[in-house]
Parts: sequence; C-alpha cells; structure tokens
Amino acid sequence: MPLSNRHLLGLYGIPREDIQLILDTSSTFREVLERPIKKVPTLTGKTIVNLFFENSTRTRISFELAQKRLSADTVNFSTSMSSTKKGETFKDTVKNIEAMKIDMIVVRHQSAGVPHFLTKISNANIINAGDGRHEHPTQALLDMYSIREKFKSFEGLRLCIVGDIAHSRVALSNIHGLITMGAKVSVCGPPTMIPRGIESLGVKVLHSIDKAIQENDVLNVLRIQLERKAGTNIPSVREYHNYFGITAERIEKNNPNIVILHPGPINRGVELSSEVADGPYQIILNQVTNGVAVRMAVLYLLGTL
Amino acid sequence: MKLLLKNIQIVNPAQSLNQRKDILISNGTIAEIGQIDEKGCDQVIEGNSLICAPGLFDMHVHLREPGREDEETVQTGCNSAAAGGFTGVACMPNTSPAIDNAEVVSSILEKAKNHLVEVIPIGAVSVGREGESLAPIAELYTAGARAFSDDGVAVKSASLLRNALEYLQMYNAPVIEHCEDESLADGAMNESEVSTLLGLPSVPSVAEDLIVMRDILMAEYTGGKVHIAHISSKRAVEIVREAKAKGINVTAEVTPHHFTLTDDSLKSYDTNFKMNPPLRKAADVEAIIEGLIDGTIDCIASDHAPHSIEEKEMEFIYAPNGILGLETELGLALSELVHKNRLTIEQLIEKLAINPRKILNIPVPKIEKGVEANLSIFDPDLVWTVEVSKFKSKSRNSPFNNRLLTGKSVAVINKGKLYYQNQYHSL
Ligand SMILES: [Zn+2]
Repeated sequence: MPLSNRHLLGLYGIPREDIQLILDTSSTFREVLERPIKKVPTLTGKTIVNLFFENSTRTRISFELAQKRLSADTVNFSTSMSSTKKGETFKDTVKNIEAMKIDMIVVRHQSAGVPHFLTKISNANIINAGDGRHEHPTQALLDMYSIREKFKSFEGLRLCIVGDIAHSRVALSNIHGLITMGAKVSVCGPPTMIPRGIESLGVKVLHSIDKAIQENDVLNVLRIQLERKAGTNIPSVREYHNYFGITAERIEKNNPNIVILHPGPINRGVELSSEVADGPYQIILNQVTNGVAVRMAVLYLLGTL
Repeated sequence: MKLLLKNIQIVNPAQSLNQRKDILISNGTIAEIGQIDEKGCDQVIEGNSLICAPGLFDMHVHLREPGREDEETVQTGCNSAAAGGFTGVACMPNTSPAIDNAEVVSSILEKAKNHLVEVIPIGAVSVGREGESLAPIAELYTAGARAFSDDGVAVKSASLLRNALEYLQMYNAPVIEHCEDESLADGAMNESEVSTLLGLPSVPSVAEDLIVMRDILMAEYTGGKVHIAHISSKRAVEIVREAKAKGINVTAEVTPHHFTLTDDSLKSYDTNFKMNPPLRKAADVEAIIEGLIDGTIDCIASDHAPHSIEEKEMEFIYAPNGILGLETELGLALSELVHKNRLTIEQLIEKLAINPRKILNIPVPKIEKGVEANLSIFDPDLVWTVEVSKFKSKSRNSPFNNRLLTGKSVAVINKGKLYYQNQYHSL
C-alpha cells in the first residue's frame, strides 16, 4: 500500500496508515544503516534537489546522507537570503532548477507555505524540510520513530512539548503526528511562547515544568532561539532556565522515568542542563541516527510511488 | 445625442426616490423624467430589469500612479472603476512620490480630467507618509485633495494626528485612518487558531482596535473628523458604534472582502488572500454586517490594490498586501448583503453612492430634470462568473476569480459620457 499523497508537506491531515507505513519502512532502513555497506540502489537515476533558503546544516546533511544511501543523484542549492533580494524571484529560481529535470525537491524556507507553493509551480515530489514556524514533518517523524523504539505504541502515551511553541515548526508537526497516532499531547512554556488557539489542535497547555515532568512519559524539549530579541517574549535566558529548564534535580524529584527528546542543537544550561543532555533520560543521539533512516523511508516511499 | 433609459427603476434614497420611469438624457444632462416616447432618441437602454442609482463612488482605491504604472495607472484604474459601476473614486496617497505636494494632486487630476470617472485625490497627512511632519495640507486641499491619510499605516503619533485633525477643521475634511498599531503589526495574517495552524506570523485584531480607540478619542478631543478605513474587527465596530452614540465625529468604511471572507481562506497559502487588515473570523464578518445594517459603518469601499503577478506570486511572508476590488465590489455587495436580505437596495445605494461623498464633503448627484447625469445603472439579478482575465484593471490579483456573483453593472454615465457594453460613448 503506497502513501496517499505524492508530497510530504506536513503531518496535518496525514492519515494514520501513512505515518505507520513511514515508521515501518524506517525500521527497514534503520537495519540497512547497521550493515557494513550502507547503500541500496533504490533511487538510482533519480535526481533530488536540496533547496535550502535558510541555513540548517544538520537537516541538510541528514537528507543528503539519506539520498546518497539510496543511490540518488543530489544537487544542493543553498542561499541564506531570499533570492528575491538579488532580483530573481523565488518562482524563477524554482523554474530554473526544474528545467534541469529533477524528480524531487527537499525545501527549507523561512516562509510558511513555500512547500505548498512549490507543488503549484513544479512537477517534482516536494518534501518539506521546515517552512517558517509551520511544519517540519521529517523531524517529527524521526521523533516519533525514536519514541516508538522506546515505547512500542503511541496509544495513550503522554507527551509534552516544552519551549517556544509559537515559533516552532517542530512542535506543530509533532502535535499533528502524535495525536493522529493516539498519543495525549500537551505543550509547556511561558504564555508568551504559546500561540493563540493551540488548544483547538487537541493539546493541553501547561505553564509549570514540574507538572509537565510529573504528568508525562516523554518530553520533547525545543531549542530556545538565543538570537531572538531578548526581553520580548521572555525576560532573559537565565530566567527561562530557572523556571523552565530541565535539570536532573527536577527529573529526580518529579518523574525519574521520563524520556527526553531534543531536536538539536542543544543550548546547554538553557532548555536542558548538561547533566540531562548527557544523562540517562535522553535519547538524543538515537534521534540523529534515526533521522537518516526516516528520511530514507520518506524519500523511498515518495520516489517509488 | 439623446439617450433614453426606458422603464427603469430609479432609486435614490437621498431624494426618497424609488419609482419606475423613463429618463431622457440629452447631451449629458437629464432632460426629462417620466413617460417618454422613444421617437427621436439616438440610443435606448431597456430598463425592465435594471436599477438606476446616483453614480457609485469608491472612496478608497490605490491607482498606483505615479510610481507603479506597471500595476495600474489613473487611466486603467478609472476604466476598472467604470466597468465596476463607479463614476467616482478617491485615490490613496501611497504613491511614489506620495501625494504630499500640490504638483502630484494636479498631475493626477490632469490625467483624470477627460475620463468619465471623477478622481478625488487623498493627500498625505505627513511628508512622505513618514509620520514626522505635516504635509502641506492647505496647498493639497487647494489643489483638489478632499481628505488626508497616511494609508498603509496609521498616522504615526498621537501628536501628529492631533495637529492634522485640528488643522483640517479649516476645511471640514476628514483624516482617513488605516488603523493598526505599529508595534503589533509584524505579521502576514490575522492572529487566530488558523495562523497557529498555518505557522504564519500574525497580527492580532487588537492592533486595529487600539488605533480605532486612539483616533476616536482624538476626534472627540479635537472636534476633528476621523474616518476609519477598511474596518475589519468586531471590537472596532463596537467602539465606533459607541463613539457615534456619543456624538463623536467618526465614520467608517468596510471592504467587500471583509464582509465576505474569513481567515479560513488562507489555508491554501494563496497570496491573493493576503491583505491588510487581514481577513478575520466569522464573528467579525457578522459584526461588520450588523454594523452596516445599523449604520455604524457608513459606506463600502474596495481598497482596490493592484499588484503585479511577479510580486504576488511570491513566498507568503514576502508577498505584498492587497487585492483588486473595483470590478467585484458591486457584485459582492449585492450577493452578500442584498440578496441575503441583510441590506435593502436603498441602504446599499447609501453606502456605495451617497455616504462616501458626504464623508468627503463633495456634492451627491441628484436624479432630477436639469442636472448633469451622474448615474450608475446595474442589473441586481444578473448572474455572472468573475473572470480576472477580463478585468479592465492592469493587474490580476483577485481572490474572487471564478466566483459566481449575482448583480452586475450595466452602464455608467458621467461628465457627458456613457460607458456601456465595454465602450465609451459621448453623450
Ligand atoms: Zn489601508
């Protein structure tokens, strides 16, 4: 049974069977990654463009590695600023790239909706690698894969996303995917970091980190953007750490069985203390390895539709 | 030339007119109203299914000239207005250069001089619309500007607004305000659960309400006239209603898109739904319609904002705000307000023809013997499909392409000219 959509724009509205299929396929590729020869010929002859309008070395490398392991031809197009400022419109850029006969586009952009826009101006399969504060579906899928390794099922699993939910694409994708799979999802952060109407997505809102640790099986802890203007949505990074930072002490006091995820890169001493970042609760490095397998699964499933 | 409007429903609430008669227009002047023989007439328009109203007037359009003649010109904007059923428009000063000096006013008036559609320039409140110092308001008024605005943004400071409102009392002219608090304005759509779902930066409706409140308090304090442009939030409608009850000199307009659409439309990420103020919620739409019904909102204006295809076909957060309005305005108003039994046809004509002119303090055309004909003739029941490719505007950025509307302009008459069946004729 193939995926129901030829693009992966987000996890909003994606049926349970599709997520299940991606996660199951990821398991297969996860095994491939343990072999001495980690390459399979699945996407031989396919050309994939990694179109990154925003810097994200980690995500790009993860996708690139996944593409190489599937034997696809890869082209990278990265620009830290919008090409429109150079006089070429986004549409022109895409049309130019499209003229090179490509099969798939992996896109990262600072504006929400760019992957949707791409589906209208390109015939390639579009994979969203993060659009504004909207979605980052492969990150959520790899988070979910990592959780499933640990818990086997999402049904009734209690998970809380901690941090700047309002400016996070990871949060939204996780919320949609996890709720579809039957988990109970909450978000935790100071009210200035919780976007309007988030409850309408079916999540509970918490403002106490102790409570979040007590009430959940998993915390997915978001990176606090240090570059965001200080004093606007939080008074200071220090205050954030004191009131929302996750420390070993807080975990031991509230729920020593908690599992910690983090999409990386970690700000040590801000959202996680170093002890927690390196400690027994986290599965962060598993996430990184799983990321390649999950992206291989997505590329494979879309590339062979 | 003699033009006969045969058996047409004449509606002008300003004259308490609502009757079916013939109108004879001779050399651009209404020669007779009554039962008139077709004999000797050069042209006859059968009025059986038509309404004849005072020429419609849209007090909020962007003609883009000078500066962005690739998007619209005075000429094409006027053509768009005529096609939409309007005989007059007031154009906003956010041109390049801005309408902040008398030469720009004169050049716009010069370009519009021979067109059927009358153009009233709106002067900038501040030099370069920068919100620092007052534009030469008296010179602008003398040259022909009849209202003042920094549209695109609100007048930057309370002190500048105060001075503008006081200074303008010499002319009894309004400040037209684009109400949006600058510090809250960093977004691409309305703030709601939809912006959260779409991950788009958003502007809360309180950004509008705050400036509406500020402006009303300042109108009250100074005794000046404030006109709220494109009102879009429920709370803002309530604030205006309370202010009017207190007798404060405030008026308001709404665009067709704000009484027709909600922010759910943005789920397609189609930049033709990106405008400022943004589309809001169903409750705001309902409050706006109630405001139209009870007179809190005085008039309908399009905020006609042409943009090039290249600029609109862009990443959502970078695409400019605004949509075309002139050629869908009457159809949307009839479809959404009259045919849904929210407004009577008389109320609609007040909001599209009479009140905008009263706000600008310019004469309202009468339908009576001996006056120059300034008329809009439309078929309220004609069902048609919007096709942007057929627009007379130079631009194509409308979210209403392919929408089915009920009600369409048939002809407009003004300044001795007739626009009928896609052509201009001299009368
Ligand atoms: Zn405006």
